[in-house]
Amino acid sequence: MRVPWRLLAVLLLLAAAILIPLGQKNYLIYVLTSWLIFSIAAMGLNLTLGYAGQISLAQASFMAIGAYTTALMTLAGWHWLVALPIGLVLCFVVGLVLGYPALRVKGHFLAFVTLAFNTLVFLLLRNEEWLTGGTYGLSGMPRPDLGLFSTDKQLSFYYFTLGVAVIAALAMWGIVRSPWGRAFKALRENPVRAESLGVDTRRVTLLAFAIGSAYGGLAGALVTPLVQFIEPGSFGLAHSLRVLLMVVVGGAGSFFGPFIGAAVVILLPEVLRFTEGYYLIIYSGLVIVMLVFVPSGLIGIWGRLRDRFRPQRQMRGDMPEGARLP
Amino acid sequence: MTGPVLSVRNIEKSFGGIRAVRGVSFDVRKGEVLGLIGPNGSGKSTLFNCILGQLLPDAGEVSVNGRPVSGLRASHLNRLGVGRTFQQLSVFPKMTVLDNIILAGQEHHGTMLSRLFGAPDAGLTQEAERMIAFFRLNHLRDELAGSLSYGQQKLVDAAMAFMAGPSLVLLDEPAGGVNLTMLSHFKDRLAAYNAEHGTTFVVIEHNMEFVMSLCTRIIVLAEGAIIAEGTPEEIRSNPTVIDAYLGG
Repeated sequence: MRVPWRLLAVLLLLAAAILIPLGQKNYLIYVLTSWLIFSIAAMGLNLTLGYAGQISLAQASFMAIGAYTTALMTLAGWHWLVALPIGLVLCFVVGLVLGYPALRVKGHFLAFVTLAFNTLVFLLLRNEEWLTGGTYGLSGMPRPDLGLFSTDKQLSFYYFTLGVAVIAALAMWGIVRSPWGRAFKALRENPVRAESLGVDTRRVTLLAFAIGSAYGGLAGALVTPLVQFIEPGSFGLAHSLRVLLMVVVGGAGSFFGPFIGAAVVILLPEVLRFTEGYYLIIYSGLVIVMLVFVPSGLIGIWGRLRDRFRPQRQMRGDMPEGARLP
Repeated sequence: MTGPVLSVRNIEKSFGGIRAVRGVSFDVRKGEVLGLIGPNGSGKSTLFNCILGQLLPDAGEVSVNGRPVSGLRASHLNRLGVGRTFQQLSVFPKMTVLDNIILAGQEHHGTMLSRLFGAPDAGLTQEAERMIAFFRLNHLRDELAGSLSYGQQKLVDAAMAFMAGPSLVLLDEPAGGVNLTMLSHFKDRLAAYNAEHGTTFVVIEHNMEFVMSLCTRIIVLAEGAIIAEGTPEEIRSNPTVIDAYLGG
């Protein structure tokens, strides 16, 4: 019988995610919750960039839309579970609109369009004080009350976030394994060929942006009750670049890459804190080394090890028998 | 008698001052294998791109199964039953051979929502395996398409073009860069598919042996215009064609 190694590994990691925070201080639980939240944001960008090949430097702005929507609604007395779908739909629609430039421009031109969008959202949040509180931001948002399960304590909110992250990951798994996922990959690898095979590449491009943006919105909606204070500076360009770094370091186009990338970007600086003033320098150096030696992301190390110890059959090269004719 | 599968009427296309295609007209009937040949710069590729909607002709009209298709997007054209292969390799290198073939059929099955919530393979694995077996690629089913040899990728490309059961397939230099053994296998598969399904082919090719043995009719282009049309035997002995293209 074939052992489902991948499933076993996922179950082990899930068990670790449940057990590790037990008995830990609030700060560590806060950091782990941040890791889960940024993993969700990175999952969304991974769909847009890693699977569909569309660059976006605006993921933090969708976190902002999700965060401010849930903040404003929960402060007005609505339940977080009511505010969440509204935030997600808003991000989906805005993401769809942001996808339109991707139908005309590609590569670094598209990167600049999305960068401009991120700046636009930041300026709107800072300048529209009547709605967003401007630079003072919004504070005092309640954590979701789920009846029998209160999320007021840091540990219970961590488990709540873990539950949301698992649901988001399962949904993403379903998307990337479906014919939609195949169409996203086809768009990334050869859009002209994909179009000639009946794939509506315009629709697929827009969906890649819209779904990826909704994941950003979900992450933002979780930031609100975690920190209970949001301000525009938390969603600037630097944060979009951080999410991009998570996707690239973890392995763009790999399902588990965003979790690994978010762990490196969120957890590694915490691990290096014992070096005091040097921790950011060491962290930056390690990231550069990773990108130089493992450009396919940390998940690529697994592929290299597998190839070394269990090489695949070589199919290329001169094959005088062609397609192994019978 | 049914009308032509492909009808090309008075197609004109210029680039600046250069008239690449000059009033070309022809019909292709069901089950025909039409070869389009001619020297470099004769307008074959421009004509191909006008038929496939990648270029908008300055004048004239292209119809598939009686329906005008000029200006339609490639995906729409494909859903109307037009498949194609490319001169350059056009597989999806990081997807398996099976996934390449399934992708080629999935947009023709179900709705957007059923493709999201339905089976991951869109119910096409068996059909894709039949196509893989037809091109004798069974042993490569689960390999990444990018790891295959050039000729093998050409076969995968052709299998993708046929997966959705098109009524018309346009093959752009299918023999280019393929070794002799593989080429014979490729030609055999194309002829078998044509015989089994009655699919109409239009082939651009420079390999004269390939064209002469596969095609039932040949059109010769020179300087954007048709200079000869006929069976392979008629073309082989046509003095105008010999003078302009084939040589003595």
